[in-house]
Amino acid sequence: MHENPRNMTQGTFSFLPPLTDDQIKAQIAYAIKMGWAINVEYTDDPHPRNTYWEMWCQPMFDTKDPAAAFMEVQECRKVYGNMYIKVNAYDNTRWRESVALSFIVNRPKHEPGFHVIRQEANSRAMHYTLHSYATEKPRGDRYK
Amino acid sequence: MAKPEIGKGQLTGAERYKAGVIEYKRMGYWQPDYVPKETDVLALFRITPQPGVDPEEAAAAVAGESSTATWTVVWTDRLTAADLYRAKAYRIDKVPNSPDQFFAYIAYDMDLFEPDSIANLTASIIGNVFGFKAVKGLRLEDMRIPVAYLKTFQGPPTGVMVERERLDKYGRPLLGATTKPKLGLSGRNYGRVVYEALKGGLDFTKDDENINSQPFMHWRDRFLYCMEAVNRANAATAEVKGHYLNVTAGTHDEMIERAEFAKELGSVIIMIDLVLGYTSIQTISKWARKNDMILHLHRAGNSTYSRQKNHGMNFRVICKWMRMAGVDHIHAGTVVGKLEGDPLMVKGFYDTLLQPHTPVAPELGFFFEQHWASLKKVMPVASGGIHAGQMHQLLHYLGEDVVLQFGGGTIGHPDGIQAGAEANRVALESMVQARNEGVDYMAKGPEILAKAARFCKPLQHALDTWKHITFNYESTDTPDYSPQVTPAR
Repeated sequence: MHENPRNMTQGTFSFLPPLTDDQIKAQIAYAIKMGWAINVEYTDDPHPRNTYWEMWCQPMFDTKDPAAAFMEVQECRKVYGNMYIKVNAYDNTRWRESVALSFIVNRPKHEPGFHVIRQEANSRAMHYTLHSYATEKPRGDRYK
Repeated sequence: MAKPEIGKGQLTGAERYKAGVIEYKRMGYWQPDYVPKETDVLALFRITPQPGVDPEEAAAAVAGESSTATWTVVWTDRLTAADLYRAKAYRIDKVPNSPDQFFAYIAYDMDLFEPDSIANLTASIIGNVFGFKAVKGLRLEDMRIPVAYLKTFQGPPTGVMVERERLDKYGRPLLGATTKPKLGLSGRNYGRVVYEALKGGLDFTKDDENINSQPFMHWRDRFLYCMEAVNRANAATAEVKGHYLNVTAGTHDEMIERAEFAKELGSVIIMIDLVLGYTSIQTISKWARKNDMILHLHRAGNSTYSRQKNHGMNFRVICKWMRMAGVDHIHAGTVVGKLEGDPLMVKGFYDTLLQPHTPVAPELGFFFEQHWASLKKVMPVASGGIHAGQMHQLLHYLGEDVVLQFGGGTIGHPDGIQAGAEANRVALESMVQARNEGVDYMAKGPEILAKAARFCKPLQHALDTWKHITFNYESTDTPDYSPQVTPAR
């Protein structure tokens, strides 16, 4: 039976082979051309509802050079190479004022993923919660 | 107070109110000098009059029968500020290439309508008038809803941006699939399809419009198995996924009971059919806003009155009403799939759902400028006969804010449902990547897909299976104006 190869597929390009640095730079260049601000975020808690990943830097509203923005990705990788890192492109124009593009640029070597915890309730109803194997350990000790 | 404008041949005073029958156009319903107010509701009708009925009289009749008129003069009009309550036909244009038809512009004072009620608005605008004998055919083509009236409506409970934030999915169209076969699967089998498709890479799966609570699968069973599938897929992918649980039911109370159960099980989205009726749609929309639920609308039934050009109404007006009534998703055409959809017409539907403002654009069917007054955006859904091999065309015609639904194109994959889902996701992500890199993806679409298929076997098999499938039929609902022609103002 065919099964997709990854167990964490957040972000715009998670079903493609890992983006090369040149491919990442091309996406950053596109975002900057669209007038969006790049920021880099990282986490060791990739729960799908963990909205607030740690901000590596402020959104780069004034950075027009894709190479400069990509440098932040590289710097972040140096420090948090064992965590998830994503590039967000933020569009502050009216009627969007939200993220316009968001893709993973770094993954931990080992991705243990999640499992479902079921709490049986009345009349066969079920309350579900997702549990991340990685977060069984405290921050700092995950994904080692 | 300024005196209302009265057209030529209009009767006034005692003469106007003498008992008997007089022409509509002489009763105040045809006013070629009338200048619409910013707060008027405007409507454009395509009218095919009966032989012998002149255009002014037909337009006046439509204005009359959709507002205050009855077949004969009544003195009780004089107890009211009748000039205000009368709708006014104020302009007539010939329909290009259709000598027996013309367009009539009609203005209605906002006070003719109850605030926040699509049912009340439509009871006038598409009420008795569509059966009126003096016109052979009548079609509502477009409406301008004034900002003041729009502001009485809630609009979409969630809207495109908040939906994306809740799902944490940006920068690409969303992917979905309708569970097939439409009828006959048990709850347990049904949930299997949902699990496979979501785990394989889709964002959403969907109940079909006619899946409610039948002998082969009662609704609670479906909801329970589907939510098991959704949560398992969420765990497998660390994404937020959803199944559109159809809460359409025979009674209003039953509909709410189903919605409450979907909420209890933690679903992010529910679904309704257009055949619910406008009152139920507005009710469930308010429920959805209150309960943080995305609301998907399947347009079941619309083609019975929106497809033929000579009678009924254009789907873009349904889009307007549904943005007002408040839904988050609506099926609005694929251009390339199996269902009706001229590219320009579909663009008109998508713009109606997504734009904060649409200017006059006759080639798209916009006869009026429309300001949307901060009503949220509705996500269009493209569903029906589409597959991974068309990804470049889908992205080109439909853009990024759309749910692309591949039902057969996922479930019918030769290697199984997960493989089908993965093929679609890989095709989509490769196309978005190429577009962002500045590649001419419309020209090089097949090349981009072939390249992606080298690392994704399921995509290769999808392309092999469906490469020759197209639906090239002529549309019946087409624009009356070509993009080059600007009609006389």
